[in-house]
Amino acid sequence: MQIYLDNAATTKMSAAAIEAMLPYMDTVYGNPSSLHSAGQVAAEALTDARQRIAACIGASPKEITFTSGGSESDNQAILSAARLGERRGKKHIISTAFEHHAVLHTLAKLEKEGFEITLLDVHENGIVLSQQVAEAIRDDTCLVTVMYANNEIGTIQPIKEIGAVCREKGILFHTDAVQAAGHLHIDVQEQNIDLLSLSAHKFHGPKGIGVLYARKGIPLTNVIEGGAQERGKRAGTENIPAIMGMAAALEEACTHIDANAKKLTVLRDKLIEGLSQISHSVLNGDAKQRLPGNVNFCFEGIEGESLLLLLDDKGICASSGSACTSGSLDPSHVLLAIGRVHDIAHGSLRLSLSEETTNEEIEYTIKAVAEVVEYLRSMSPIWRDLISGKKEFVIK
Amino acid sequence: MKALIAMSGGVDSALAAKFMLDQGYDCIGCTMKLYQNEDAGISRSRTCCSLEDVEDARSVAYKLGIPYYVFNFTDAFYDLVIRKFVESYQNGITPNPCIDCNRYMKFDKLYMRARILGCDYLVTGHYARIEKQGGKFLLKKAVDETKDQSYVLYSMTQEQLAHTKFPLGNLRKAEVRQIAKQNGFVNADKPDSQDICFVPNGDYGSMIRLYAKDAQTTGNFVDKQGNILGQHSDIIRYTIGQRRGLGISASEPLYVCGISPQSGNIVLGRECDLFCKEAEIADFNWISGDVPRNGFSCKAKIRYRQQEQPAHVTPIGNSRVRIAFEKPQRAITPGQAAVLYDGDIVLGGGTILSSGA
Repeated sequence: MQIYLDNAATTKMSAAAIEAMLPYMDTVYGNPSSLHSAGQVAAEALTDARQRIAACIGASPKEITFTSGGSESDNQAILSAARLGERRGKKHIISTAFEHHAVLHTLAKLEKEGFEITLLDVHENGIVLSQQVAEAIRDDTCLVTVMYANNEIGTIQPIKEIGAVCREKGILFHTDAVQAAGHLHIDVQEQNIDLLSLSAHKFHGPKGIGVLYARKGIPLTNVIEGGAQERGKRAGTENIPAIMGMAAALEEACTHIDANAKKLTVLRDKLIEGLSQISHSVLNGDAKQRLPGNVNFCFEGIEGESLLLLLDDKGICASSGSACTSGSLDPSHVLLAIGRVHDIAHGSLRLSLSEETTNEEIEYTIKAVAEVVEYLRSMSPIWRDLISGKKEFVIK
Repeated sequence: MKALIAMSGGVDSALAAKFMLDQGYDCIGCTMKLYQNEDAGISRSRTCCSLEDVEDARSVAYKLGIPYYVFNFTDAFYDLVIRKFVESYQNGITPNPCIDCNRYMKFDKLYMRARILGCDYLVTGHYARIEKQGGKFLLKKAVDETKDQSYVLYSMTQEQLAHTKFPLGNLRKAEVRQIAKQNGFVNADKPDSQDICFVPNGDYGSMIRLYAKDAQTTGNFVDKQGNILGQHSDIIRYTIGQRRGLGISASEPLYVCGISPQSGNIVLGRECDLFCKEAEIADFNWISGDVPRNGFSCKAKIRYRQQEQPAHVTPIGNSRVRIAFEKPQRAITPGQAAVLYDGDIVLGGGTILSSGA
């Protein structure tokens, strides 16, 4: 038995997405840039996918650029806005402390080039306010980049309001919507979004494909140079099968977005309620303003990694934060950003649900986590110090 | 019976895993991730625990059909090994981080993980032997003297020895490579790890400067009488017994004989000034758990690649020891380990505090 509760890391592909891809591997395998008819059929498919994806987010097809995924989209969006700003002598960018590393590392690179970066506080509930953005804007601000929903703690940011503030001041607004796409409504016009990143594998599409939406009139700077694909803004032969899979997955997710959210919210809240029963535990991030499938807890006195190991042993696939076990530093910058102290941030657990998650799985998980936490605490020298009063509990 | 195998990606730990499987143990493989490769500026693979090594370890585990995990101990490694390494050099002491890594990482953090996973044993590819005799566990040298690693294991306790296996202790390295080849391990011919894993190319000076943000400690080269012989750029770049890289011309070769972090002075002298007979050892661990009441004679080693030397040992309290060597020893270096042997058996060891006489 395997219970997969790591859908924020990646999802299983939907049958619709797989089915949509198959013809483009053996029947329609032409290169859309080719003159001949085989190429033209592929080009037609590309146009169709672009239209359908644009429709899902309220954009027009020309505003859609296909990329290799969320990280590339984030890189290109931020670099494009920075180059535009630079030309006008504007070298200040506003973001938050808990963005994905694709954003933070790109900003760090720009900082070395002489840009000034303001990272806004996200408070204990993991939500930045549009008021903070308004106050941070300066004459030389060229970009505001704030994620739609956080990848670790799932908190949803007021992007429509932030977008309105930016629009009023004439500043570009980018949102990393990688965790939100397919799970929360996106309407780039209504939400005042200039640039947006999304990634197919977070909504049951294939890996290695994503979208950068850039509002008409915003010139993009190339990250990958080469041929004239994607109107010259992203070189490389289009990954047609993946693009077709992404279009099908996004359409399917958007069609069922409300029903899925409703179902997931019930399971999520049940899981939160169940895990809250564990002593000295705390939910990370706002309880309501969060992704319907995200649960993130800290348990005092234990290490997140040991918790994951023993849950894996019980058949539960979970995560302690971002997916890169071997590539990222503990503890999570997200948990530190919401004010969790170092030791507590180490004992974190992220459970991310999908539409396929069942009530039985949630019940099993609540029981399993409680057992594992109790077992680990029974062996933990830190826990011994805590209950004997030698050390004070941080989580009451 | 269940065993957690510490796999570095090298041939030794791969074979250790195979031996445990052959003996019928339920095995889990793991690799400790100890630092960010980028942090140490490492892009090559002559050290253990790099990302490529993780891939090698994973592929061996997959081939053996055992579960495999990567444990992220980056924070603990920084706190317990790297920080101490940096501070030691800043204080004129020459540390041995491999000993700290065994003590705080493998036989503490990882040992704890083994317990959490319900494992009866932690298994490593160290060349050393553990034997039970009369209710006590003995730590013994490896059969292959050229590969013997018992020196870096002196901090082990009876409890740890009871739950640790070194399956390679009875083998020679050549046999290990041959068996690995016969079994088609990808890493059968991989070179042995060299240097300190987080210090590529042995350039520890640059590495320390990367971590230590404070200013360099410049100062003078002085002779034993305190006369200034010249200037040096940074005390962290010197260690007792060093001859090369001093940049001082003299009628006879000069060696580093002392380092004083307070004044920033580095004392230079002749080679014969490096020899002394006594050493005081702190933080001493007696493997048996029993501290001898009286002094006794045995053999002692003050660096990894040294022949054991006859010495007389006097315990001072529970965790200190004074060693009087029969013959003067060259460059007894504070921060390095002194380990005591009775024949093949490791009696214990500790950190050299000072030398004298």
